[in-house]
Amino acid sequence: MAEAHPVGFQWVMEAKKRGAKVFHVDPRFTRTSALADTYLPIRAGTDIALLGGVVRYILENELDFREYVLAYTNAANIVSEQFVDTEDLDGLFSGYNPDTGSYDHASWQYEGQEDNAKIRGTGKERDSASGLEHESHGEPVPAQAPRDETLQHPRCVYQILKRHFSRYTPEMVARVCGIPEEKFLELARAWTENSGRERTGALVYSVGWTQHSVGVQYIRTGSIIQTLLGNMGRPGGGILALRGHASIQGSTDIPTLFNLLPGYLPMPHHADHPTFDEWVDSIRHPGQKGFWGNSRAFAASLLKAYWGDAATPENDFCYGYMPRMTGDHGTYQQVLNMIDGRVKGYFLLGQNPAVGSAHGRAQRLGMANLDWLVVRDLFMIESATFWKNSPEVATGEIVPEECRTEVFFLPAASHVEKEGTFTQTQRLLQWREKAVDPPGDARSELWFFYHLGRVLREKLAASTERRDRALLDLAWDYPTHGPHAEPSAEAVLKEINGYEVATGRPLNAFGEARDDGSTAIGCWIYSGVYADGVNQAARRRSRHEQDWVAAEWGWAWPANRRTLYNRASADPDGRPWSERKKYVWWDADAGEWTGYDVPDFEKTKPPSYRPPEGASGPAALAGDDPFVMQGDGKAWLYAPSGVLDGPLPTHYEPAESPMRNPLYGQQANPTRKIYEHPINRMNPSPPEPHSQVFPYVFTVSRLTEHHTAGGMSRTVSRLAELQPEMFVEVSPELAGEVGLAHLGWAHLISGRAVIEARVLVTDRLTPLRVDGRIIHQVWLPYHFGTEGLVTGDSANDLFGITLDPNVLIQESKVGTCDIRPGRRPTGPPLLDLVGDYQRRAAMTADRKVPMVTTDAAGGDDAAGSTDEQSPAAHQDGEPHA
Amino acid sequence: MGFKTFIQGWPVYRQLTGTDPLGRGAAAQSARSAELAPRTETADGMARSVCPYCAVGCGQRVFHSDGKVTQIEGDPDSPISRGRLCPKGSASKSLVTSPLRQTKVRYRRPYATEWEDLDLDVALDMIADRILAARAETWEDVDDEGRPLNRTLGISSLGGATLDNEENYLIKKLFTAMGALQIENQARI
Repeated sequence: MAEAHPVGFQWVMEAKKRGAKVFHVDPRFTRTSALADTYLPIRAGTDIALLGGVVRYILENELDFREYVLAYTNAANIVSEQFVDTEDLDGLFSGYNPDTGSYDHASWQYEGQEDNAKIRGTGKERDSASGLEHESHGEPVPAQAPRDETLQHPRCVYQILKRHFSRYTPEMVARVCGIPEEKFLELARAWTENSGRERTGALVYSVGWTQHSVGVQYIRTGSIIQTLLGNMGRPGGGILALRGHASIQGSTDIPTLFNLLPGYLPMPHHADHPTFDEWVDSIRHPGQKGFWGNSRAFAASLLKAYWGDAATPENDFCYGYMPRMTGDHGTYQQVLNMIDGRVKGYFLLGQNPAVGSAHGRAQRLGMANLDWLVVRDLFMIESATFWKNSPEVATGEIVPEECRTEVFFLPAASHVEKEGTFTQTQRLLQWREKAVDPPGDARSELWFFYHLGRVLREKLAASTERRDRALLDLAWDYPTHGPHAEPSAEAVLKEINGYEVATGRPLNAFGEARDDGSTAIGCWIYSGVYADGVNQAARRRSRHEQDWVAAEWGWAWPANRRTLYNRASADPDGRPWSERKKYVWWDADAGEWTGYDVPDFEKTKPPSYRPPEGASGPAALAGDDPFVMQGDGKAWLYAPSGVLDGPLPTHYEPAESPMRNPLYGQQANPTRKIYEHPINRMNPSPPEPHSQVFPYVFTVSRLTEHHTAGGMSRTVSRLAELQPEMFVEVSPELAGEVGLAHLGWAHLISGRAVIEARVLVTDRLTPLRVDGRIIHQVWLPYHFGTEGLVTGDSANDLFGITLDPNVLIQESKVGTCDIRPGRRPTGPPLLDLVGDYQRRAAMTADRKVPMVTTDAAGGDDAAGSTDEQSPAAHQDGEPHA
Repeated sequence: MGFKTFIQGWPVYRQLTGTDPLGRGAAAQSARSAELAPRTETADGMARSVCPYCAVGCGQRVFHSDGKVTQIEGDPDSPISRGRLCPKGSASKSLVTSPLRQTKVRYRRPYATEWEDLDLDVALDMIADRILAARAETWEDVDDEGRPLNRTLGISSLGGATLDNEENYLIKKLFTAMGALQIENQARI
């Protein structure tokens, strides 16, 4: 955090000054470690084992915040007797289908609800990354599940959790993670001692957790701890995701993502959502508790914002125009399709996948096989010049005279040359004023896409093709200004906020959304950003003139709430858990919720409210159900649905690991998304032979002085000067073992690539004693490429493509490699070197990566791709276990 | 020049007699530095902005004169950043004024070995033509069972995490209307 989010880290230091204990877990000692009370070095890819150890410590010692857990979580819910845990199936849960590599969720349900499971193990949910759809809401669950408030029932969630993590002992943590027992216990003690009525603890993570083949479950484990300890919805608590780009939260909320529409509405699927009603019901789950009950109004209002006058209740608001998903259309599938010649054109908008995405060679070869490419950026980046200046040009794999891709480079406006909002990492929208005009041909994306749409519509004006109706009927009438006809960003923000169609009056909150076509809302969760006709994101009341919540600086979604689920900061009766930690509470005299923040609860619903029989939607939430977007109003320690790789987190080894899984016969996540494409050869891991060809673990992260793929930092003289060269950090022990000299050269080899770097020998990296052997880890920054003021080889070239099944994010925080002294070969001998390693590791083109490595599944089939196109995906097999 | 003026021109005298015994402020000031004013004071205007790098969202004050950015500083009013910026945020002025910024459209023909120039309007028009051709060539109306697909898998896009919400909104809206499904950004990565 001190390295990549330094200004955010000042608040950690403030907390430390006031007595907080700071723990830092990282494979490498960083500036954060230097300022923490305790640093725990960890083997990359083993965080679930560490966190699972903390869960066990809490449960074995009964240190959970029991009142909170009983009232606000599903700890007491009783699970189906058909459920079988990984502890009994050697690393698999019940319901695994080896043919599709996915789970049927029926046996994971609560008792008596087995028939309600929506997910039947076809792999379809994985391909559409449905885990991400449900980022802001729970999967359907019945509100009335059987419970045992004494938590003694052997099949209640609390007891299942206890058994599931019973082997995650301090000894096991040491054996898996390489963290000494006493350091682990120091962490577990401090975390539990700083939680409860009087105290809270916060958890901060970043892409060091998300970029794994089991990344969602890392965060699940953190959620379980924070829920058991009562740290959610309370001041000083929470799970804080530090995101790495100025508006990456905004580009998730208003998604430029294939499977989502604004406000986490799902992109329709051809088989599941043929009609508007089926699409809406898949979101609102009729009869269910919670605020998604209103989603018909959100969906109708979005389509109304898209298609304006053409969208009517009679034509289902032009739902028929929506494109439909059939499977995995994610960025990595796209790149493999480019290599196979199936994609014609590609837009890159302030993004540099030639350096920033996993498997750089696949990225560049994909771009070299397009009809056309449009790059919009501030600087000339590697993704625009791959055809003349890439590693593949050096090896002869791309020959400029033979590369057919037509490339348009369009200069972009910078953040000071346009106005608009960024959504930062805590959901806060901040409006930026424009300072100066963009230079020359540089334009905003707003300009480019508005005018692109205008030109497309002009060209199609006479078209009678059915497919062109969606473009011609589009509401695309934005006011423009200035010599370049720049569209008004405020007009777009007003549409995002939503308005009353008849009058144009901006809506004040999403509660005003209607499903009859009388409201249009571009992104329902942002409703209120233009409340009272005022740009609330532009508010800049000084921190000196308001309290510590600073509610009048910018605007946070939803409804300007700064802490989500803050009803949980009060006890079930609505009183603060303690004076010290009071935040939002029930004012009985006034008959409303009040506090420092906007209550994340219906303002006048008393704590004593109990829903009438048969209630659904928000009305079904009791006065003590704080988790209002969940299908049952509760925080989930156990997820009966919605997480595709298990109702509980389980330690799996990374897809590439030098070690056999010490906990289970199942080596790696059995549901991870793999691509068996000739270009995507994964290094072997145990129990496969030849893993010793790639004996070392490598991980990558950011330098303080550089940003992501370097497009905004290797091009800036001061930053380039501060960090001028690609390097690799190795421990003194590894340097001795391999023969690496400090400040000399080394090259690293994986089954995909070989890259070179200057050697930094440092005890920031330490050899870890893990399961009776020594594991060496090396660290690399991933910012470098062939363009800019400072250049170097790209660390991401080393990675293959394996994805988390829930969100299709790639495992690019851990892989295996070899490291050798000296510079890498150049030209064709470079390919020979990679080919030599592939041969030694038996990475043939037809090799199948074994997905199941335990007999417990009842079969030893290797599950391949689960694209709907593949025959296997059509076999909705019975559970094998 | 009187004696008093003369002796006060001597830094050591000011250091010994004035309010700056360590000689690090007023005592060390020369006639020239006394006349200097920060360029933030003489700027034509100041825009309230936000740092473009990570997602912490530090407040920035962007000072400009004659249509050029002259200084970018942390915004002390911000409850998020309290006026601070990290090395990258502090280099924002260098970012937006970098001589490496591309300001002209560049075009690479198929099989070419060099860039050439192209008018922006022509580029926009050519891109629109290519989109329509790719759609026509790869359009999918319905699936095998006659259910609607309304899409093209011939067009891809990547990017958005560094852009404004308003921009992402228009991008998603336009691509969705043209049937382009394969829209992704850094949030997937």
